[in-house]
Amino acid sequence: MNKPIRVVAVFCLVLFMALLVNSTYLMYVRAGELSEDPRNRRILTATYSRERGAILVGDDAIARSVSSNDKYRFQRTYSEPFKYAPVTGYFAYFSQTGVERSQNPVLSGDDSRLFVTRLVDMLSNGDPKGGNVQLTLDAAAQDAAWNGLEALPGEAQGAVVALEPTTGRVLAMASTPSYDPNVLASHDFGAVSEASERLNDDPREPLINRTIGTTLPPGSTFKLVTAAAAIESGNYDADSMVPGGFRYQLPQSSTTIGNYDGGNCGGRRITMTQALQVSCNVTFLSLANELGTEAMAEQAEAFGFNGTSLEDLAGQAQSLYPRDMDAPQTAMSGIGQSSVTATPLQMAMVAAAIANDGDVMRPYVVDEVRAPNLSVLDRTDPETISKAISSTTADELTRMLVATVDSGTATPAQIPGVEVAGKTGTAQSTADRPPYAWFVSFAPANDPKVAVAVLVQSSDTSPDEIGGGALGGPIAKAVMEAVINR
Amino acid sequence: MSQTGTLMGFVHRRRRGAELFLLVLALAVGIGAYAAVGLGLEGQVPADIVGYGGWLTALIVAAHVTVRIVAPYADPVLLPLVAALNGFGLAILRRLDITYEALDDPHTFARQQLVWMTLGVVLFIVTLVLMRDHRVLQRFTYTAGLTGIVLLVLPFLPLIGREINGARIWINVAGFSFQPGEVAKVMLVIAFSGYLVLHRDALALAGRRVVFVDLPRGRDLGPIMAMFGISMMILVLQNDLGSSLLFFGLFLAMLYVATERPGWLVVGAALFAAGALAAYTFVGNVQNRFNFWLDPLDYYDDSPGSFQLVEALFGQGWGGLIGRGFGDGFPERVPFAYSDFIVSTIGEELGLTAVMAIVLCYGLIVERALRIALISRDGFGKLMAVGLGAIFALQVFVVIGGVTGLIPLTGLTTPFLSYGGSSLVANWVVIALLLRISDQARRPAPRLDPVDESAADSEHTQVVKLR
Repeated sequence: MNKPIRVVAVFCLVLFMALLVNSTYLMYVRAGELSEDPRNRRILTATYSRERGAILVGDDAIARSVSSNDKYRFQRTYSEPFKYAPVTGYFAYFSQTGVERSQNPVLSGDDSRLFVTRLVDMLSNGDPKGGNVQLTLDAAAQDAAWNGLEALPGEAQGAVVALEPTTGRVLAMASTPSYDPNVLASHDFGAVSEASERLNDDPREPLINRTIGTTLPPGSTFKLVTAAAAIESGNYDADSMVPGGFRYQLPQSSTTIGNYDGGNCGGRRITMTQALQVSCNVTFLSLANELGTEAMAEQAEAFGFNGTSLEDLAGQAQSLYPRDMDAPQTAMSGIGQSSVTATPLQMAMVAAAIANDGDVMRPYVVDEVRAPNLSVLDRTDPETISKAISSTTADELTRMLVATVDSGTATPAQIPGVEVAGKTGTAQSTADRPPYAWFVSFAPANDPKVAVAVLVQSSDTSPDEIGGGALGGPIAKAVMEAVINR
Repeated sequence: MSQTGTLMGFVHRRRRGAELFLLVLALAVGIGAYAAVGLGLEGQVPADIVGYGGWLTALIVAAHVTVRIVAPYADPVLLPLVAALNGFGLAILRRLDITYEALDDPHTFARQQLVWMTLGVVLFIVTLVLMRDHRVLQRFTYTAGLTGIVLLVLPFLPLIGREINGARIWINVAGFSFQPGEVAKVMLVIAFSGYLVLHRDALALAGRRVVFVDLPRGRDLGPIMAMFGISMMILVLQNDLGSSLLFFGLFLAMLYVATERPGWLVVGAALFAAGALAAYTFVGNVQNRFNFWLDPLDYYDDSPGSFQLVEALFGQGWGGLIGRGFGDGFPERVPFAYSDFIVSTIGEELGLTAVMAIVLCYGLIVERALRIALISRDGFGKLMAVGLGAIFALQVFVVIGGVTGLIPLTGLTTPFLSYGGSSLVANWVVIALLLRISDQARRPAPRLDPVDESAADSEHTQVVKLR
């Protein structure tokens, strides 16, 4: 009977080998895939109970983990919750947003760049710690942006974003109404889900980061793009004579469109500079019509439209310049109406590109990633996305924008002793809602340090006051001053 | 049995000292794991470590001393393997007890299991002491067979039969729950061995030859069909896929070894395929298990669903190579982490390393059992050792394979690790039987030629002792 016993032995060997191989497959090969399953509560709890790294602005930790005496061991706390919430996002058990989400591998300590730290933690039997994330935000600029939005009358919905034109660093990113991420990071999950429901149901959408998540018609601020396209076409410069007048009749249509103030922009033929100074609708309607959809779309896309460029935050909406518009729509697009929409970040990028000799820099909010021992693991390098306009075009546009602030519609942004370039905008929405107020600017004009875009989406201010940069201008000015005077 | 002759000249060493050394290691595993559980979960070595360790040591020493006295030539590796597994299992149960208590669902699995282990060791000693030669069991071939079948039927009887977690495999007598199937396994091995050793020649006769394989004769199909019927009954009536597979696989292995006819394996495999197909088609539970096995993640939220299996997979994946450490995992998320899914608990907190160690321990037990079968001098002993080894191999493969997602999940206990008195006690007796057979196999063969001629001459009548 020994021969079949040996066969049985070999068969048993095969069974046990299969068990060993399958266990290895499950616990080594497949472990990564299983840990990524969103239903895996073990991973959730483990990440949630870890000492997470801090999020820093300057030298201050705006988000950090402090010891808590419960089973999750660490409580995420935000020192200036409302002001920075659009950037930091929140860190809750079931979901994360903002930098908390995009930099989660670093903050939780799972990033491969933290491998050595992890190894040391493991060998010394210490608890794993997350790395720190240094933001590009400038505390003074953020303060100015936030305080400006907070000071708006009524329950304003607004957004401010400031960029460093030469690098693309985001210096300020504020959005109102905001929310308190401390509430959502609480370990009392019942209260969290209640708060989260309330925030989600709030018609004023406090959870949205309006600087990147809201797209609206950019209105007159889009005239910068139209002007850029016109100068790039080679047929115009700042002193070229362009059509002015009271009204413009849309092509293939009997509809006519007048200027915002009902005037004639100063004559039937005016200089391009004057057209921009008074924000002449007639001029830019006719320029867009003349340039055509293709040239306009190409210019818009060179500035970053029809795409997203910020990689550090999720929840971005695409700024759109549709390529399938007909002639009247294309004309309307010249003044930032019809189907053109933009985020405040996109308009800040337009201003920054003009300030930066036409180079569009990729915006970024994460400056450095540091290990728990503060050694720098990674630093974001500025990256040029595209050359939107030639540097001569940029110079021409800058000159025109300086004139607009000096003696045009954008005077509220004047800073004594500093040359400021800026443009106002007012976009129409439906009749029963007030228009959106826009303001884009950069300063100093000869050596730009900051480019700002301000959007005031809804405010209790009467529609008349909105157009002249009365709402956005002072906020932009405060942010620019904060950066220049630091 | 042709080898018996060549083995005659070779005398096995007793190796009791080696067994003692290995037992010390085994105790270090059991008591060390218990201390590690305390350190991991409560931050200190458990206060009762001396009492617990002393009790465990006393049990193991008692077993060892018994083996020394009544089975001095027994295999020296089996007892240490079993002692290590049982001690380790107790530590895991203690670990789960602490967590369940924190969740206001207090259990005393470890304490009860220690009581069962004590009973198991007592029966182990009793078996070795009372049964000096395993061949006496051959007399009880049909008694054992009948007892085995009665035990399998017991759970269906009114009053004492109990259905727990969907499987009707329990009886309840005087407040004690008991799985008669665990004892039935041993009874059936004895019955099969006794039956097959007598009828192996008839069953080995060749019938039709199909593609190099001699199929058995049709008239000899009776026993295998009967066993197949019993297995299907267990499946359909008790809803117990695991036991059904176990009994049929056991019988098939023993039949093959007894007859040396691969043809029986062909017949058995065909029957198994037919049975599996029928079960898949007609038994909804089997179909579910099969689907959960194919795509466990897809049925996570369903009811009945694969929550238990997926949580076990999550846990083991999270454990990785070296595990999270005692107290840093969430084994309580897996229902029945203390019985069928104890391997996932081990995988989560001690990692692949520990799971491999466990599988190797079981592999060694099976290897020792088959080695005993090889060197056993009598056919009955050979068949019994093969049968007992096959039970271990099949049971471990089915349960660990199920928990790790290798094969569809079936409910079976993990020998010596899972919480459960019936299984633990029965398995200790199984080990006692294996040790007895190995003692018989390894002890020096009796000298058959009387050399003392003067003594032979002085007696006209020789008294021959047959024990």
